[in-house]
This record gives sequence, C-alpha cells and structure tokens, in this order.
Amino acid sequence: MLDCNLDSSDLDRDLLVLDHVRFAYRERKVLEDVSLRFGRGRIVALIGGSGSGKTTILRLIGGKLRPQHGRVVFDGQDVHRLDSAGLYALRRRIGMLYQFGALFTDLNVFENVAFPIREHTDLPKPLVRDLVLMKLEAVGLRGASRLRTSQLSGGMARRVALARAIALDPQLVMYDEPFTGLDPVSLATVSNLIRRLTDTLGCTSILVSHDIDESFAIADYVYLLAGGRIAAQGTPAQMRASDDPNVRQFLDGGVDGPIAFHYQARPIAEDLEVPR
Amino acid sequence: MIRSLLMPARLLVDFVAGVGQGALFFLRLCLLGLASLRRPRLVVDQVHFIGNYSLSIIMVSGLLVGFILGLQGYYTLRQFGSEDTVGLVVTLSLVRELGPIVTALLFAGRAGTSLTAEIGLMKAGEQLDAMEMMAVDPVERVLAPRFLAAVVSMPLLAALFSALGVLGGYLVGVELIGVDAGSFWSQMQAGVDWLDDVGNGVIKSIVFGFTVAFVALYVGYRAQPTPEGVARATTTTVVASSLAVLALDFVLTALMFGAY
Amino acid sequence: MKRLGVDLLVGLFVLLGFAALVFLALRAGNMSSALGLGQTFAVSAQFDNIGGLKPRAAVRSAGVVVGRVTSIGFDDQTYRAQVTMELDERYEFPKDTSAKILTSGLLGEQYIGLEPGGDVEMLAAGDSIQLTQSAVVLENLVGQFLYGRAAEGSRQ
Repeated sequence: MLDCNLDSSDLDRDLLVLDHVRFAYRERKVLEDVSLRFGRGRIVALIGGSGSGKTTILRLIGGKLRPQHGRVVFDGQDVHRLDSAGLYALRRRIGMLYQFGALFTDLNVFENVAFPIREHTDLPKPLVRDLVLMKLEAVGLRGASRLRTSQLSGGMARRVALARAIALDPQLVMYDEPFTGLDPVSLATVSNLIRRLTDTLGCTSILVSHDIDESFAIADYVYLLAGGRIAAQGTPAQMRASDDPNVRQFLDGGVDGPIAFHYQARPIAEDLEVPR
Repeated sequence: MIRSLLMPARLLVDFVAGVGQGALFFLRLCLLGLASLRRPRLVVDQVHFIGNYSLSIIMVSGLLVGFILGLQGYYTLRQFGSEDTVGLVVTLSLVRELGPIVTALLFAGRAGTSLTAEIGLMKAGEQLDAMEMMAVDPVERVLAPRFLAAVVSMPLLAALFSALGVLGGYLVGVELIGVDAGSFWSQMQAGVDWLDDVGNGVIKSIVFGFTVAFVALYVGYRAQPTPEGVARATTTTVVASSLAVLALDFVLTALMFGAY
Repeated sequence: MKRLGVDLLVGLFVLLGFAALVFLALRAGNMSSALGLGQTFAVSAQFDNIGGLKPRAAVRSAGVVVGRVTSIGFDDQTYRAQVTMELDERYEFPKDTSAKILTSGLLGEQYIGLEPGGDVEMLAAGDSIQLTQSAVVLENLVGQFLYGRAAEGSRQ
C-alpha cells in the first residue's frame, strides 16, 4: 500500500497529485479527504459506485470545480491558483473523452478532430490535414473523415472523440466511462486503443469506469471510491486478492454489502399502512 | 419566525443577483459579438441559418399584413372620405410599428427557438463542456457569432417585411380596389418622414434584434441539460422575448413619437 | 462549392435587406425631397406664434417646395419665435418677401408659405424676412368668432 503522506519530492515525480481534497456540492459531501497520485505514463483506473465522486474528481482536475480543502497539483502547478490564461494553457495539455463522445454536431468527423488543432495552433492547412488524418488513422477511422456525426454508431463516435482528445498530444487523457454501452468488439477496440495510445504517446491516462474486467485488463493502478473516500487502492492483482468488503462487493458484484441495496427509508411496516 | 421574515429578502436578493448576472452576460455577448468579426466565416454561416432561413416566413407575412392593412385601412378611411390616404396609413403603420414588432415576434418564434434549442442540446450533449475543457470559451466560439448574426439580420428582415407590406398595400389598394395610384404614392411620400418614421423603425428593429438574440442565447445557455429542460427553455424564449419586445416597443414609441 | 453557396445566399440576403431599406426611405418616405435641395442659403424670420410648425417642415412658394425649416428658437429680446430656414439657391426672392405659416389641408401639417414682394434687391444668406404672419390658432379663431357674434348681438 502506498503511503499518502506526500512531500514535495513526490509532487515532482508524478504528473498529477490530489492532496487531501475535500469537495461538497451545496450541502452534499461528495469527496472527503481524498488523496490520489497519477504517475507519468501510467493508466490509473478510478472505480466506484454511481455518485461516488469519480466524475467530480475529473472536474476538479480540469479546474471546473474548486475544492473546499486540499490541492490539485498538475505538473508542479496548483490548478486552482492559476489565472484564466494559466488555466487555459493547462487545459491544452489535457485531453478528455466524454461518455457519449460530446462531438460537435454541427461539424463533420474531420472538422471535429481538427477543432483543437485549428483553435490552438497556427499550422498551415496541409499540415493540419495530415495531423487529423494521422489521428484518425490511430483510431482506425481515417476512411470516415467525411462522415457527419449523425452517421456514426456509438462506438465510432467514441473513437472519433478519442482522436479529438489526443489531437494535441496531451500529457494527460481522462476517460469518463469509455466502455459504457458498447458491444464486445467495440469494447475490445477501445480498451486496446487506450493501452496503445498511452504507451505510444507516453501520456498519463485516468480511466473512470464501472467495468471491472476491461479496466483491470489495462490499468496499472486502481483506486476504489466509496462514501467519498478511497476505500481501497492497489494494482489490479492486489485488488483481486484483497479481502476488504468494499473491494469484494464491487469485484464480485454483490447486490448488498457496504454499498447498500436499499435507499434510505422508514421501516416498511410504517410505509405500507399495514393494519395492526 | 426569523426564517419567514428573511424569505422575501432572500428572494429579492436572488432576483437582483439574477438581473445582474443577466446584464453581465449581455455585456459579454456584445463585446464578444464584436470580436467575432475577426472570424467572418462563423458569422456568415450563422447569418445564413438565422437570416436566410427566416426569409420566407418574413416576406410572406409582410405581404399578407400589407394586404390586411390595405383592406382594413380602405374600409375605415372611406368613412371619412380619405381613402386616397390609404398608402400613407399602410406605410406609417408598417414602418413605425408593425414592421419591427411582427418581425421580432416571428423572429423569436422561428430563429429564437431554434437558437435556444441548439444551445440547450449542445449543453445536454456536453459539447459546451468539452469545448471548455479544450480551452475554448464556448460563449466566444458558439454564442457570440450567433448573437452578432441575429443582431445584423433583424433590421434587414424588418425592412423587408415593411417593404413587402407596402407592396401588399399597393396591390390591394390600387390594383384590387381601385384607389388612385398617384394619390397612393404621393400622400405616402408627403407623410412618411425618412428619419422620423423609417429611421425610428430601424432603430426599433435593432433594439428588438438585441433583445431576442440575448433572450434566446441566455435561456439556451442556462437550460437544464435534459429533454424537458430544453423544451421548457424554447417556450421560455418565445414568451420572454415576445413580452420584452412589446414592453420595449411601448417605451421606444413614447420616447420617439411622444416628443410632439 | 458549398462555401461559395452560403456566402452568395447571405450576400443576397443582405443586399435585399438594404434594397428594402432604400426603397422605404426614398420611395415610401420623403428622403429624396428632404435632401434633394442641392445648394442652399439660410434666412431667418420672426413670428408672433408659430403654431405647430416643426423643424424640417416645408417652405413653399406658389405651392412648390423651395426650402426647409432648419431650426426653431425663441428670441428673449423681442419675445417672438425665431425660425431659420434653408432656401434653394436656384430661386431668388425679393427682400420684401412675406412669410406666412399655413396649414396644408384643414388639419394637416403646417408649413411656411413665401409670397414674393416687389423689391429690386434679393434676399441673401443671413438676411431676415421682415413681413411675417403667424399661424392661425384655432382657439383664437373661435374666440374671435364668438366675440364678433357677441358684439353684433349687443349692437342690435
């Protein structure tokens, strides 16, 4: 088990560190004292039940949410101390893949992937074209460059979104539920792509997912979130071998356990108005 | 007890804060809208979607309203023996009021709702979020060009509406009913001042353009990212911009034409 | 290709809109007569009462528009209205021309009517028309009428 007491030398080694982060939305506590580390070139999986705060962590990293306590340090910089120019510079080094792709519906496939390149660089047209085609080639969709977004299947849309996310060769790529709703073939394709891209680009990948089998197959390290805290962490092998009840319920798919089946309610006798 | 006393204060504070938020957003749209001139492609595309696609409804409505004014004007004026001023009546009604107002209302219904729906759906599909994460300000890239396009299109559409209305009035008054063509045009020319009447009408349509564009984009931007949320937002756009246009028209009319 | 199509249509739309505006201003409105005076020179006149005369009202002679009222002010030395107007340079008016405020039709707009005098010298820029007749104010007319009737009645 890794020690979560961090000193400044640790902060330099890892690309991204969340240090004792606490976040609440209105009155609801989402994250309580969460500390995570994401090493360079690693795939780190964040798993946990719905509403356990996984997507919140992604938003904190991107600077869209502000923690009430704690720090988010990206490549040595405190994300929430940056001014807007600094924040935008930071975001150019991060790529994000949304659950349903979030492709721009008024642009076609080519234009979608070209978007970040055109917005942030002054490269000449032929060079932009080559770059876009290369990124599409990496996800296997070079032939689809002229298609409109409405003509894409779910799996294809996600792959185009992936090409767009890596268009500027980011240092960090965040995947929000990349496996949800895909058929087995697309699943294998996406999973494969994530691993290959991380290796070839040398970027760090954060994988937020429910899918144990797929994520464990490619992740280097896993954090299990429950109740706003890190319930367990380790390599996939360590997690599979663990006997922590949180881990066991999640991995074994137990219906009831630390994550309760029943939503909070009064005793059923009171609710049903059963005559005494 | 204290809580029930604080409630209205809380509501007032929320309301004022909401107004402030809206005003700041409006200013931001205006400034960024001007900045969009640096990307004429985006603006031209939007003028096409917003303006060109509204042409048919605006032009046909203008013609029809002209027919109605011509007919109604003739019947009413005939009672005073002034039926040869029907050209003047039709033109003044159109240029001062009906042109800007009806165009604004039709514009709110056609272009306003489509803008709101488009922005709302982009929000629901996380597209605006994705853009922000790519370090591109969605207000600057998506909303501002649409704002500029709408502000530019409205006065042009209103002018077309009025011009076709005058034509419609002519067709009904002169061709159909038989009012003297010479009187029709000369009475009109004598009574319609290009600055006071046409000019003020243009100013009105510009103001209405700002209004409808702002409401449509703001409501869409703040819509709930769900299907019901977007549907509700489009209704809000039509209702809010229509009421705002009518209220502003009263104020503007009082300012412009009440001086005498 | 597609780019050109969109640009073309938008350009057409903008041109159509401007054409409509020009049509409204020129053909429906009075911009052509309001601005089409060419070179002008300014003269002034003082009236006891201008009635409903407004700036940009017409100045006519023999029914033809020969100028426009440019400004209306008040002279607090003579306590009369000071009207400045621009007259078309093509026409010359004698120095003793008179200016009357007339109404077009019964209840129409008011304008200035110029009746030429017989002077040999002509009005020049900056001159002032001496002979003026104020607007007919309806209330005064009614009052005169009633007074006249009352006087007639008392004479009998």
